[in-house]
Amino acid sequence: MAKILLEMRDITKTFPGVKALSNVNLKVEEGEIHALVGENGAGKSTLMNVLSGIYPYGSYEGDIVYDGEVCKFNKIKDSEAKGIVIIHQELALIPYMTIAENMFLGNERGSKFHINWKETNDLSAEYLKMVGLKEQPQVLIKDIGVGKQQLVEIAKAMAKKARLLILDEPTASLNEDDSKSLLDLLLKFKKEGLTSIIISHKLNEVSYVADKITVIRDGCTIETLTKGVDDISENRIIKGMVGREIEDRFPKREKHIGDIKMEIKNWTVHHPVNFERKVVDDVSINVRKGEIIGIAGLMGAGRTELAMSIFGKSYGESISGHIFIDGKEVHIHSVKDAIAHKLAYVTEDRKGNGLILSNTIKINNSLANLKGISKHSVINRDEEYAAAVDYKQKLAIKCPTVEQNVGNLSGGNMQKVLLAKWMFTDPEILILDEPTRGIDVGAKYEIYLIMNQLVAEGKSVIMISSEMPEILGMCDRIYIMNEGKIVGELDASEASQEVIMSHIIKAG
Amino acid sequence: MNKKKVLEFIKKYTMVIVLVLVFGMFAITTKGDILLPANISNIISQNAYVFILATGMLLCILTGGNIDLSVGSVVCFVGAVGAKLMVEAGFNMYLSILIMLITGTAIGAFQAFWIAYVRIPPFIVTLAGMLAFRGLSNVVLNGMTVSLRDQKEFVNLFGGGANCYISDIFGFEDINGLCLIVGITVAALFVFFQFKNRVTKIKKNYEVESAISFWIKTGIIAVTIIAFAFKLAQNKGIPTVLIWVFIVILFYGYITSNTTVGRAFYAVGGNEKATKLSGINTNRVYFMAYTNMGFLSALAAMVTIARLTSAQPTYGQNYEMDAIASCFIGGASAYGGIGTVPGVIIGAILMGVINMGMSLMSVDANWQKVVKGAVLLAAVVFDVVSKRGKLLALD
Repeated sequence: MAKILLEMRDITKTFPGVKALSNVNLKVEEGEIHALVGENGAGKSTLMNVLSGIYPYGSYEGDIVYDGEVCKFNKIKDSEAKGIVIIHQELALIPYMTIAENMFLGNERGSKFHINWKETNDLSAEYLKMVGLKEQPQVLIKDIGVGKQQLVEIAKAMAKKARLLILDEPTASLNEDDSKSLLDLLLKFKKEGLTSIIISHKLNEVSYVADKITVIRDGCTIETLTKGVDDISENRIIKGMVGREIEDRFPKREKHIGDIKMEIKNWTVHHPVNFERKVVDDVSINVRKGEIIGIAGLMGAGRTELAMSIFGKSYGESISGHIFIDGKEVHIHSVKDAIAHKLAYVTEDRKGNGLILSNTIKINNSLANLKGISKHSVINRDEEYAAAVDYKQKLAIKCPTVEQNVGNLSGGNMQKVLLAKWMFTDPEILILDEPTRGIDVGAKYEIYLIMNQLVAEGKSVIMISSEMPEILGMCDRIYIMNEGKIVGELDASEASQEVIMSHIIKAG
Repeated sequence: MNKKKVLEFIKKYTMVIVLVLVFGMFAITTKGDILLPANISNIISQNAYVFILATGMLLCILTGGNIDLSVGSVVCFVGAVGAKLMVEAGFNMYLSILIMLITGTAIGAFQAFWIAYVRIPPFIVTLAGMLAFRGLSNVVLNGMTVSLRDQKEFVNLFGGGANCYISDIFGFEDINGLCLIVGITVAALFVFFQFKNRVTKIKKNYEVESAISFWIKTGIIAVTIIAFAFKLAQNKGIPTVLIWVFIVILFYGYITSNTTVGRAFYAVGGNEKATKLSGINTNRVYFMAYTNMGFLSALAAMVTIARLTSAQPTYGQNYEMDAIASCFIGGASAYGGIGTVPGVIIGAILMGVINMGMSLMSVDANWQKVVKGAVLLAAVVFDVVSKRGKLLALD
């Protein structure tokens, strides 16, 4: 029995309104590669943020025992001093600095008042060799590819004398070859005694590299599987990840599905900066009147990008493809066009892209339909007020008055204001992007009721969601998207979490 | 509960209260000199350009705390062009006015193009404009002064010199009857519309403030208008420039608060991405803000050269700073999306009163700048801290 390097005991972390982790236990032996798997939002990243001190000691319950002692980290530096280094999914490198500068950022060689550039570059070269990267330390980060950048991140971690390396989705943006070499590098370091925790959605990689696999679901540890002892096939892991029962959390509705309302054909969208990359790749989907379709997939699958590119080309470059509404081809070049064609896009990021937090409910409510409350561009304040009050009642928005600032509302009520804003534009096709993200169960149910109401009126709803139960519970038809492509289409009756997951994983 | 109400009142009317306090303080320290009719009238005439520019600057600031540094230089340049046309080229006054307005608007549109459609930071574009148009003013004027002493009509129209008042139709002694009547009419109209508004709101069951606070507020404003008119009447009547300022305030006050165009300015400053995704052309909003700034700079240029009865290459220096300071003191948010025309005007009046009071007290001009700087910093600190709810921005 090898020595236990890290033990996290009964970790519980609550955010206002949400319990992100409850009594999570994790044991990591020295010298092993330990994988953490779970659905989006299961709590993997939160757990690692607790470990690395991003959430300081005192903001969570439970103990972290590392190397035999209980640790109380207040900031990242504290955990790094102990050799715990985390590499985040979003690379944290500065594009216009060299590899060497990035590697020793915040950890500069030399004295406080003088950086020793020779030592910086020499050491950097050494670490680059260690991770097998053939680049000069003086090369700028922006000039090397993503795969190499990921290696620089690892070299940076090594430069901090990492004993426990945590990698959050390290291969998410890498192609197959780069992923393989990264994983082999981890295996090589393992031989040299490094302990790693790897968070990944790619279960084939997990099976390949991990000695133990801990499954997290809904903020709880479900099980830990050991290579060679338990079955660690992909199917077995998926079962652990999605094993929850779907309760009666979704209101029923009568189905009156009509003709095809909107059809997207061969839709391709390129990345706005990285032109060669296809973020959406030859996607064809359709939605009928009175139908809710779901687009399932993992984060970064290109679902939001698909929606925004349809909605007046709000995302992406050199967009190609065709949109048909009611059987006729339409050309939507701006958000204004999209609204005129009775499209609505309810963003996933209500604070960032959806609402003006410093303005009132009333003003937010009318923002996308100023025409509806004005004549010759003069606003009729009475009409504006009446419209806001109307939606406040229809959607049961809990607020004293519609003159209240949106920023003071709870997440669920904000989401309702956002929905109200788009319902006020009188759309026929609504794209709801993660409509229930970060809101409590009661508010979710109300949002579902509103969705049912919308389709009962003959409108079409496209729901993008990373929460599988929601997709399964609400949609009539489900598209599965992965890496920009549609990799499956299922009728609600034949869909299950296992089927969806295996579609995604097979495609990856 | 009552304490909370008082705090809310103070928060809402901070700058008005400060203005009253500052005015009262100067009334004491200058032994009443600041209350003399001539001085009251001067606060308007001296600061007319600030009112006009601050209104335009507000639109720029609303879009996201963006400022226009070029207005001082543009004022000088447009003034120089106008003076040259009228005095040396012998152009008709109205044609010259038209050309000045077009010139200002064109300059605004030129800068607005880079800001709105090429997305060059406004600070950079208008800094370039500030340098370039200062230089061009010198080129146009050959470094010399052009006197407008003979352009009496123009000077009178834009309210510069000693006799630029609206002439009285009554023949009272010592007091301008027209001015007084206009003041009383404006006050009466104000009360009437406020009341009408309130009645409709009550009819429709909308929320309204309590009757007492409504009448106190309306009464105070009405009395202030009449008292102000009385002071002006005791002097020489309504300065012509006040008419221009009044039109600008009314027009832009209406645009910002009652039209979809105005709403777009607030929306862009509040959350540009959300605004864009709501189908509003955000580039055009920036374009309008800076083009309009050019237009109002031209108007300010006319007011400036009329008051100083000449055009000189040094005119308009630091005008942009006066306008920016008025906006921030008047409650515009340095992050955009918040601010009103009346607020900005209060800010401009406060600056004007501080200037006037300190000049009457013969405070050294250098110290005046120190005080104005302190007032600006204090106003913005107050804005930011009161929003955050605590002083220091600890993470």
